[in-house]
Amino acid sequence: MVENTPENPNYNMAIVKAFTVCAVVYLIVGALVGDLIAWQLSFPALNFNEYLSFGRLRPLHTNAVIFAFGGCTLMATAFYVVQRTCAVPLWSNRLAWFTFWGWNLIIVAAVVSFPMGWTQGKEYAELEWPIDIAIAIVWLSYMFNFIMTIANRKVSHIYVANWFFLGMMIMITYLHVVNSLVVPVTLTHSYSIYSGVHDAMIQWWWGHNAVGFFLTAGFLGIMYYFIPKQADLPIYSYRLSVLHFWALMFGYVWLGAHHLQYTALPDWAGSLGAAVSIAMIIPSWGGAINGLMTLSGAWNKLRDDYVLRFLVVSLAFYAMSTFEGPVMSLKTVNALSHYTDWTIGHVHSGALGWVAMVSIGAIYHLVPKLWKTDIHSVSLVNNHFWIHTIGTVIYICAMWVSGIMQGLMWRATDDYGNLSYTFAETVVAMHPYYVLRSVGGLLVLLGAGIMLYNIVMTIRGSSSQSAVAARA
Amino acid sequence: MSFQEKLEKNIWGLIVMVSIVVSIGGIVEIVPLYYLDNTIETLTEEEDSIRPYTALEQEGRDVYVREGCYLCHSQMIRPFRDEKERYGHFSLAAESKYDHPFQWGSKRTGPDLARVGGKYSNDWQRQHLRAPRSLVPESVMPNYAFFEDHIIDESLTERKLRALAMVGVPYTDADFAGAADAVRGKTEMDAMIAYLQVLGTMVNFEEGKDYRE
Repeated sequence: MVENTPENPNYNMAIVKAFTVCAVVYLIVGALVGDLIAWQLSFPALNFNEYLSFGRLRPLHTNAVIFAFGGCTLMATAFYVVQRTCAVPLWSNRLAWFTFWGWNLIIVAAVVSFPMGWTQGKEYAELEWPIDIAIAIVWLSYMFNFIMTIANRKVSHIYVANWFFLGMMIMITYLHVVNSLVVPVTLTHSYSIYSGVHDAMIQWWWGHNAVGFFLTAGFLGIMYYFIPKQADLPIYSYRLSVLHFWALMFGYVWLGAHHLQYTALPDWAGSLGAAVSIAMIIPSWGGAINGLMTLSGAWNKLRDDYVLRFLVVSLAFYAMSTFEGPVMSLKTVNALSHYTDWTIGHVHSGALGWVAMVSIGAIYHLVPKLWKTDIHSVSLVNNHFWIHTIGTVIYICAMWVSGIMQGLMWRATDDYGNLSYTFAETVVAMHPYYVLRSVGGLLVLLGAGIMLYNIVMTIRGSSSQSAVAARA
Repeated sequence: MSFQEKLEKNIWGLIVMVSIVVSIGGIVEIVPLYYLDNTIETLTEEEDSIRPYTALEQEGRDVYVREGCYLCHSQMIRPFRDEKERYGHFSLAAESKYDHPFQWGSKRTGPDLARVGGKYSNDWQRQHLRAPRSLVPESVMPNYAFFEDHIIDESLTERKLRALAMVGVPYTDADFAGAADAVRGKTEMDAMIAYLQVLGTMVNFEEGKDYRE
C-alpha cells in the first residue's frame, strides 16, 4: 500500500466530489422509492395510478439503489483509490467527466422509462436496448480510464483494492453485454434473443453476478482501501487477500443456477450452482476476516470512531449474509425459502447491511478529506449509524419471519392431506410484517436524509472557511 | 518472482488472467444447455400442443411484461405435493420454449400463474384485473382498470411477431398477414385475458408419467 505518497496536486478530486454527492442523493432517491413500494405492499391503495404502480416502481427502486447509488459510489471510490494508490492523476479528465455525465443521463433515462413501462422484463436488467447501449459505452469509458491510470502508475505493485475494482469492471461488461442481447421492435420495446430455460439461466448468471461483482467485488475494493486508511493500520494478511481474490473471481460466476432450484432448469446445473455456493463461504469469509482482523489489537478505535463503526459493522453483515446465501442455495432450504420474503430479507441484509454501510463509511471518510475540513457534526454521524442499523435489523427480521412463515403456510396440510391455507390467507398473515418492513425502510431513509444534511453543511462550512482564508 | 507477483506488476497480464478466470463458470453452466438433448423434454404427439402465442395473446404478454407482473407472480410450478395441489402439474421447460423473455419470476407475493389458464372465467379475470379486492378482499394487487382504456396499436403487432420469428419462434406468413386484423379494436384488457387464459394449457399431461428424470 502506498502509505507515504505525498498528495499530488494534479489529482482529479473534482470528479470524486461530484460522484460522491450524486451517490448520497441517489441513496435517498432509491430508498424513497423502495419505502414507497414497501408501503404499497402494506396498503395497496397507495398504487396511485398506472405510472406509480408497484410493478413499474420496483425496477426503479432496484436500479436506483444498485446502479445509481452503488454505481456512483463505485465510480467515486475507484477514481479516488486508483489515483492515490498509483500516485498519478487520472489518465484522462475529459473521459472521467464523460463517464460522469453519461452515467447521470442514463439514470435520468431510467427514471423516465420505468414509470412509462419501458422494460425488457428481466430483473435488474430492465432498461431497454438504447439505454443498454449507452450503459456499455459509459461503463467502458470508466474501465478504460481506470486501466490506463494503473498503466501509468509510479509504483511497482498494483494495490489489492484495484484488483477487485478491475475484476468487477471486466465481469460487469461481460454480463451486461451477453444478458442484454435483444431484437428491437421499437426504441422502447424489444425481445430477449434467448427463450425459456436458456433465458432463465443467462438471466440468473447475470442476476447473481450483479450481486457478486457489482455489489461484492467492487465494494470489497472499497473495503480494502478505506478500512486500513480509517483505522490507520495495514491490511491483516496479504496472502489471504490473494487467495480470496482469485477464489471469488473464479467461484462467484457459478452461483446463478442456485436461483433456479427445482425449476425446469436441469438438475445438474442447479446442483452445481449449490455446490459452488457452499464452497464460496470460504473466500467470502476470507474477505470478511481479512477486514475485521485488520483491527486486531486496535478494537478500542471503535469506541469513538463512528466512521470505522460503519465499516466494521458492514463486514459483520457481509459475513452474515454470505453464510445465509449458501444455506439458502441448499435444495432443502431453497424448497422453503424460494419465492418468499426470505429472499428479499437476504438481499437487504447484503444491500442495507453490507453495501450501504461500507459505502456510507467510505463517504464519511471521503467528504472531510475532499473538502479539506472536519465533518459538520460527528454526533449526526453517530445518530445515522444507529438509525441505519436499527432500520436494517427491523427490515431483515420482519422478512425472515414473514418469509419462513409464508413458506411453511404454503406447504402445510391437515390430517386428511388437504392444504391448510388458501393463498389469500397467507397474504393476510404477511401484513404486519410488511408494515414493520416499511417502518425499517423509513428509518434507513431518515438516516440517509441526515447524511445528506450533514454533508451539505460540511461542504458549505468548507467554502465559507476558504472564503475567510481568501479575505485574510 | 512468483506468477502472482508478475500479475501485480503487469496490468495487462492481470486483465487477461481475470478475464479467463471469470469466464469459466458461465461457459460450463450455460453452453451445455444448448447441446444436451434432455434440457427441453421430448413430448409425444398426443401430449405436445405447444404453439407460439397468437397475436392477441402475445400483445397480452407484452402488457404482462410491461406492468412487471413477474415481480409478484411466478410462472414456474415446482415438483412438490403442495404446489401440485395448489397450482397443478409442475412446469416443463418445453412450456416456455417460445417465451422471450422467460417470465418464471422469483417471488410469489401473489400466486403462481403458470397454469392459471381456464381456472377462472373471462368475466372473473376482467373484474379481478379491474379491481382485485372486489373479488379477493385480502389481495394487495394494484388495480388495472386502465387496461380497458388502452386500445392495442395494431400497426406494431406484425413487427413484434417478425422480431420473435427472427429469434426462432415458428410464426408463418399467415400469422404475419393476419396479425393486425387479429388485434384491431381490442383493448389491453382483452389481450391480457387472452394471454392469462392460455397459460399452462398447451400440454396434455399423461397421468402417472414421469416427465423429469
